[in-house]
Amino acid sequence: MTTTAEPVRSAPASRAAGARTLIDKMFKARELAVLAVLVVMLGTTQIYNGEFLSEQGIKDLLLNATILALVATGQAVVVITRNVDLSVGSVLGISAFAAGNYLNGGGSPLLAVLLAVALGALFGLLNGALVSLGKVPALVVTLGTLYIIRGIDSIWVGSRQITADALPEGFVGFGHDGIWAVPYLALLALVVLLAVGYYLRSYRSGRDLYALGSSPEAARLAGVPVRGRIMTAYVLCGALAGLAGALYLARFGNVDSATGNGYELTVVSAVVVGGVAFTGGSGSVYGAALGAVLLTSINSVLPAIGVSSVWVTAINGILLLLAIAVDRILALRVAAVLRKKAAQMRSARHD
Amino acid sequence: MTDTTTKATARRGLGGAVRWDTAVGALFVVLLLCSFSFVDNFGNALNVSFLIGNTLPIALIALPMTLLVVSGEVDLSVGSTAGLSGAVMGALWNEGMSIETIIPLCLLLGVVCGLINGLLVTRLGLPSLAVTIGTMAAYRGIAQIILGSDSVTDFPSQYLDFGAGRIGDTFIPYAALPFLVLLAIAVVVLHATPVGRSLFAIGASEEAARFAGIRVKRLKLSMFVTTGLLSALTGVFWALHYASARYDNATGLELSVIAAVLLGGIDFDGGKGTLGGAIAGVFLLGTLQNVMSLLNVSAQSQIVVTGVLLVVSVLAPRVGRQIAQSRARRKATAVPLRPPAATS
Amino acid sequence: MTQPEPDATPVLALEEVSKSFGAVRALRGVSLRLYAGEAHALAGENGAGKSTLIKALAGVHRPDTGTVLLDGSPVEFHGPADARDAGVAVIYQEPTLFPDLSVAENIFVGRQPTRSFGRVDHRAVKQAAADLFARLGVDLDPEQPARGLSIADQQLVEIAKALSFDARVLIMDEPTAALTGSEVSRLFGVVRTLREQGAAVLFISHRLEEIFELCQRVTTLRDGTWISSEPLAGLTEDDLVRRMVGRDLDELYPKQETETGEAALTVRRLTREGVFTDVSFEVRRGEIVGLAGLVGAGRSEVARAVFGVDRWDGGEVEVLGRKLKPGAPSLAMAAGLALVPEDRRAQGLVMDMSIERNIGLTGFAETTRAGLMNRRAERDRAVDWAVKLQVKYARLADVVGTLSGGNQQKVVLAKWLATAPQVLIVDEPTRGIDVGTKAEVHRLLSSLAAEGVAVLMISSDLPEILGMADRVLVMHEGRLAAEIPRAEATEETVMAAATGRAARGRDAA
Repeated sequence: MTTTAEPVRSAPASRAAGARTLIDKMFKARELAVLAVLVVMLGTTQIYNGEFLSEQGIKDLLLNATILALVATGQAVVVITRNVDLSVGSVLGISAFAAGNYLNGGGSPLLAVLLAVALGALFGLLNGALVSLGKVPALVVTLGTLYIIRGIDSIWVGSRQITADALPEGFVGFGHDGIWAVPYLALLALVVLLAVGYYLRSYRSGRDLYALGSSPEAARLAGVPVRGRIMTAYVLCGALAGLAGALYLARFGNVDSATGNGYELTVVSAVVVGGVAFTGGSGSVYGAALGAVLLTSINSVLPAIGVSSVWVTAINGILLLLAIAVDRILALRVAAVLRKKAAQMRSARHD
Repeated sequence: MTDTTTKATARRGLGGAVRWDTAVGALFVVLLLCSFSFVDNFGNALNVSFLIGNTLPIALIALPMTLLVVSGEVDLSVGSTAGLSGAVMGALWNEGMSIETIIPLCLLLGVVCGLINGLLVTRLGLPSLAVTIGTMAAYRGIAQIILGSDSVTDFPSQYLDFGAGRIGDTFIPYAALPFLVLLAIAVVVLHATPVGRSLFAIGASEEAARFAGIRVKRLKLSMFVTTGLLSALTGVFWALHYASARYDNATGLELSVIAAVLLGGIDFDGGKGTLGGAIAGVFLLGTLQNVMSLLNVSAQSQIVVTGVLLVVSVLAPRVGRQIAQSRARRKATAVPLRPPAATS
Repeated sequence: MTQPEPDATPVLALEEVSKSFGAVRALRGVSLRLYAGEAHALAGENGAGKSTLIKALAGVHRPDTGTVLLDGSPVEFHGPADARDAGVAVIYQEPTLFPDLSVAENIFVGRQPTRSFGRVDHRAVKQAAADLFARLGVDLDPEQPARGLSIADQQLVEIAKALSFDARVLIMDEPTAALTGSEVSRLFGVVRTLREQGAAVLFISHRLEEIFELCQRVTTLRDGTWISSEPLAGLTEDDLVRRMVGRDLDELYPKQETETGEAALTVRRLTREGVFTDVSFEVRRGEIVGLAGLVGAGRSEVARAVFGVDRWDGGEVEVLGRKLKPGAPSLAMAAGLALVPEDRRAQGLVMDMSIERNIGLTGFAETTRAGLMNRRAERDRAVDWAVKLQVKYARLADVVGTLSGGNQQKVVLAKWLATAPQVLIVDEPTRGIDVGTKAEVHRLLSSLAAEGVAVLMISSDLPEILGMADRVLVMHEGRLAAEIPRAEATEETVMAAATGRAARGRDAA
């Protein structure tokens, strides 16, 4: 970029600043864009169907989004470190059943939730240990643990099923009630989201996760405790998947051995749509959560405007493709603009 | 003796081409022998033909998937492509089109699916993992839109027979014959042609391959197209083999294929592996499942076994390499003048 | 010049350190003492063990035997963090920044100033970074992401990082390889200041004149063993080379006089938007044309475009009268063009592949029969060229990454010479390779030209350009600034054009 010395040295500050705001805008725009799409989509649906954003409608939207948003938050933390956790669906399923089983036996709801979180964290620890100690690609390891945990779940659960009438009333109520249209579950998810977002932004270990994802080699050389941080990310992700499992139980009151099957792909979609790049080091949990809200809202929007729900899967897929394609095209544009600017600077200096 | 083994392991570690594929092949043979000897009903021709028939969908897709993974890419949409091709087959059959027209159309559809994946990856430079997670949902969704929750079963009987039957009383399903031809082609392409060499080079270092004049994008695109084509073929086979075309046919097949291919020693980072290893991995898993079913091991436990095998298969070579390295280090420290105590 | 007493306690020292990787013994009983307020040079050919030594000091590698001494007492660094906490800062050859983080965060990763409850104080981070840049006298925006910084700016960020924890020992592994003259002098200014403030400096460079300019003492390694440690005062460059190589060098620039023939490579008004503009030149058979310019002037980019790795937006390229298509390396190769790229590890070689197959990558046409690989033909072709270029290897099936830098470069050359090119573009053909191999490469280029090959040589090594080229093309900021015949080419004329001080009228139009 800068090839010659002193005379130009005054320019870079402003030039760099220009480039930065451009890039900054792009990233901020990323989360804003998801938000805008969401608002437009909901607004249009509301115009089409006046019942859509009723109190119950909003409540349903939020309830549907809560669980995915929680898991996506955890997944985003892992993806930021340039890893991935495919086992979240299995972890969600087994924690939901564990909590349900415990409640069935007359346990206290609070302990049941903690149990689910602890179980999730334990599986997160397993994943983190395999990935960081074995130095094995995360995709492969967590694909393996996806199978293993699902298998254990299936053996344990067998053909049993947990139903809402076997659960304490307070617990089920917690899954349905709320303050006006805002369910408690959504509030809980929001608190978790804000906490994780604040942690990532304002704590050294949180910043380390971005550093790690941005360049693992540089992180090692900078003395970042790489293994420990990767473990942290996986434990967090597992714990949130576990929490989501408990909330799933509260919300649906119905858990069997197939609960959470195939969920990993929806979660990954939400994270990517929300602008967290697979290459690590960029994006935010807020984006991932917004992505989750967007994806689940489509499920509610389609029936409301009279489109058959068979379209949901296809639309989710196309949305994901659009998200990454648009990102990429924007990035290429920005690069081209920067290049052209640099060239103009140079030719300006020639005169 | 220890000396030579250490050296050998160290070299394997450095070369990266851990002879894992041979180990998996050997394991497969051992499993076969044990099963023939000790498992009741395993050895009869009908069971073996079932085993092969049920493994064929994974094996078919594993062929192009191996080439794709060697070149450093992956396609998660294979199961959905198969499902879509089956769904289209069913829908067109319901429309009264002749099966001889339908099958080529389905294959063409597979080519289009692969082309979309490939263009998104090579033209836009997107990561194949993200792209194919997207198309995985999209293709499956389109299958659902096309066929809804119907299932189409009344395909012509000679086709159903081809999909499910075997040659006389032998253990060989009809469909195994075209598979063997495809296998031979794939082996030759990957291990004995410039295309194969180029795929390995691309997987190991895409930039260096480009600087060596290899047409990286074109090759990758053609691999995606081939994968789409064979996935569609698998979809057709699946519908005939199980005599049912549904939108959710072959769901989760992508994970089975990838698990098998990785088990066979194909490095997910690209540039390493052999087709022999991949196919050994596929049939090792297939046989294991068959044996476990015969032994009345529940389907759930089978899932656990698959997962454990997968984790072990990626963990073992690396752990082995680390042990070899630390052993080599110990050996080296024994030589110098100073007492080894100085190290710690 | 301050010469500390030989009996002063060194800040950081290695005593009789050995380190092996598998069967390779990278260091054998090497000692090194770094004193406060002194710049110490580490000299040696590639593969002499310099990088391993640095990593032992930086806590990346733990020595197999021997000790690391900090202020005279033995220490053990369990990782880079330990070394850093002991005040050892390392600036690696390739800067190791986090592209997604801001420049300020890059400096303070893991050590950010905090507020209550351990929360990172983002404003303080930014301010501290700005203060450091002010101290260094550079104008970088702390909030800019590191992605897209030039290498020189990245080095500056690394130095700011070293400053930020008041490093007592500053280790620099070839920091100047990618810097321009003025950037080097600014860097040296900063380093001198640090040294005068009492820091110990360990400096590595392949440019001997830089060693003499900056350092007071030098330690030489050869093949992993310690050769000498001595004051630089009183030594000459030749002395140093003799210690590094272990013998006297033949002539480094064996230029042969050749007959120049018809134009083999003709480039007309080649433009790639934002990268280079309106570049026209030709290279004749039997001629070595040097392409000089500062790093970033667009030299490599022109080479990449001519060969087809990058597309061009306008202009045309002809090889022996055949017009090339943009963005098609395979067609360029068919026309007789070869490019030995700038970065041999990333571009020149597939590091995980064998020597044989690396050489084979360019020769599928020769080594296939009926579409199938002929392994014997592939092996013969590889042996042939590996022997011709005297590549030192154990077996052809060995992974190319196990070779030393110089031998790797020879494999790249073999890979391309095996295609019998009519036009050979070499980009930094001797960067980072030892003096002995350097002379061999020069002899090779010379004899190729004598055989009628047209050679375009891009180099940042000015003596190399002046020693080898029949004509020198100079690029400045994406344009061809001057064309200088051999007789008129001097350091002054070339540098004047490269820095844009030459008369604008000399622009090749």
